[in-house]
Amino acid sequence: MKGRKLITRLAAALGILAGGSAAFAAGGEIVIGDIDDLSGTYADAQGVGGIEAIKMAIGDFGGTVLGRKIVLLTADHQNKPDVGASKFREWSDQSGLNMLIGGSNTGVNIAMAKVAAAKKVPLFVIGAGGASLTNEDCTAYSIHYVYDTTALANGTASTIVKSGGKTWFYLTADYAFGSQLQNAASKVVEANGGKNLGAVRAPLASMDFSSFLLQAQGSGAAVLGLANAGADFSNSLKAANEFGITKTMKPAALLAFISDIHRLGLQTAQGLYLTTGWYWDLNDDTRAFAKRYFAKMQVEPTMDHAGAYSATMSYLAAVKTMGSADSDKVMAELKRMKINDMFAKGGYVRADGVMVHTMYVMQVKSPQESKYPWDYYKVVKQMAGEEAFGPVTGACALAPK
Amino acid sequence: MFGVPTTVILGQLMLGLVNGAFYALLSLGLAVIFGLMGVVNFAHGAFYTLGAFAALLGLQWFGVNYWGALVLAPLAVGIFGVVSERLLLRHVYKLEPLYGLLLTFGLSLIVEGTLRELFGSSGRSYPVPDALKGAINMGFMILPLYRAWVILASLVICGGTWFVIERTRLGSTLRAATENAQLLQAFGVNVPLLFAATYGGGVALAALAGVLAAPVIVVSPLMGNSLVTVVFAVVVIGGMGSILGSVVSGLTLGVVEGFTKVIYPEASNIVVFVVMALVLILRPAGLFGKE
Repeated sequence: MKGRKLITRLAAALGILAGGSAAFAAGGEIVIGDIDDLSGTYADAQGVGGIEAIKMAIGDFGGTVLGRKIVLLTADHQNKPDVGASKFREWSDQSGLNMLIGGSNTGVNIAMAKVAAAKKVPLFVIGAGGASLTNEDCTAYSIHYVYDTTALANGTASTIVKSGGKTWFYLTADYAFGSQLQNAASKVVEANGGKNLGAVRAPLASMDFSSFLLQAQGSGAAVLGLANAGADFSNSLKAANEFGITKTMKPAALLAFISDIHRLGLQTAQGLYLTTGWYWDLNDDTRAFAKRYFAKMQVEPTMDHAGAYSATMSYLAAVKTMGSADSDKVMAELKRMKINDMFAKGGYVRADGVMVHTMYVMQVKSPQESKYPWDYYKVVKQMAGEEAFGPVTGACALAPK
Repeated sequence: MFGVPTTVILGQLMLGLVNGAFYALLSLGLAVIFGLMGVVNFAHGAFYTLGAFAALLGLQWFGVNYWGALVLAPLAVGIFGVVSERLLLRHVYKLEPLYGLLLTFGLSLIVEGTLRELFGSSGRSYPVPDALKGAINMGFMILPLYRAWVILASLVICGGTWFVIERTRLGSTLRAATENAQLLQAFGVNVPLLFAATYGGGVALAALAGVLAAPVIVVSPLMGNSLVTVVFAVVVIGGMGSILGSVVSGLTLGVVEGFTKVIYPEASNIVVFVVMALVLILRPAGLFGKE
């Protein structure tokens, strides 16, 4: 009798515990996660600034949705796919995660997309560029929000080929992102009547790029396609200037953030073409956001910072509209609604997960043209979303051609 | 050779020497610290980064030019090294080498984390000094004047360090301290001071390499992080603690790496470790190490 009582009590206690955690997941807080490179080479593109942008969005939304408090979890993936994926899985299993903002690094985001599909948690990819995330690696819960390698190539490569840069040689970061970027650019170059003369694949975070650059120069190509990012991009452009390679070849930044241009300085970066999903000085709306962000971070926001803000807002708006945080309902709404804010005008999420919105081809100003701090870009071309992100390829099963 | 034209070979040889010069300078400091104190200084990369930042901030805040920074930055970082040796490192001499390694590793995390907190991870550019702008046309390649200066400067510094340690009275006292510190102390030599000065000196060499590197690469909190692992491999290949070994293997590995960048670029950042593995199999004490 005594033993039975004990067992009943234990069962009751367990019941309370189980009920408690179920209540936590269903009716408690709305949990948003952010897994990003917070300390490495890509940390300034999104990183800590991205966290601040998400906090700004949560604040602007009022801190609650459907009467539930919005909380934010953050983690550093250290550019390691296993770290990012296991943190995502942990939060989904134990913290009632409702949505994840994925930061930089294509490799990590491919790993996290698999978790998103398994756990049915929406993943907004912000800082990573690999277009495979909405093609062969697509899932029903991934949204590629800010830019991808296709859009970068369609912007920068086509602009340069059309202005006469017909022969290309690539300096490529030797991992998923670099090769996807190089492939995308190569296709655009060929489609526009240019020629690809070759590529050299440099290991990520090489100390010195001069050796690779001399090989590029030896190819006799007119354009040096820099299919890398972050410190690798800055170091290779710096060395290209030093070795006089920029006198014979025109460098093309296949991915550059305003933080990269800031560290290089206009003297080194001037004249460079690049493609961006957003720029702080486009219009009054972007400037208003930038002003608030600057007050907190003392730097101007990158496209990733604006994108992280906008993605959080879009997600919360979808939750509010559906009156539920159910992932399938929210994803349906996200693929139905139009995104109109300081980041995008008339943006929409396609079946394969691409957030289609206007992209901008920019040219970096010379020190003489720059009139005030952070006055770095002039708009060369505004590309409609459909032109930038191209047609659906059919590689993603969710979006047959 | 491998179907690569001679001009390319010569060009890569030059570039390899430039990178090798950095390896030599950094591994020299490590070799001095390990050889004389038996400490595996994991904070070496952080001190290299600090040297570059000292140059950058000196220029931005106080208008100290490159030539001033070449003297002042190693001095400032060297003093920081002496202070950290007196406050922290000296307490672990009696313990296993692992403790020194862990302590200096922690120190490097603190230094790099602080720099990242203050300046962000993307860092800043440091201008090439006016006197060293321009390039030399060597026929087979255009060598920027600054890179030529790096080779020259590092050879002078390495030679000078070797001379001080192997050929002067100060050097022989230092070497005596490693052999038998207690006996030397009995002769009235201030051994703790000697150790502090050695650590400060080794660290100052790292900072000097940082100043030399500042105009070549972007000055960022992470710049030392990727380099320090390679430099450790260089020291192991040269023979732990061997000064001549560290310099020769630094320059050689720079060249080996340079050729790898032409023949099989993807392997360029592991070739040093492949060489290390081979050396450890064939000569466990390193090329110049004493068995």
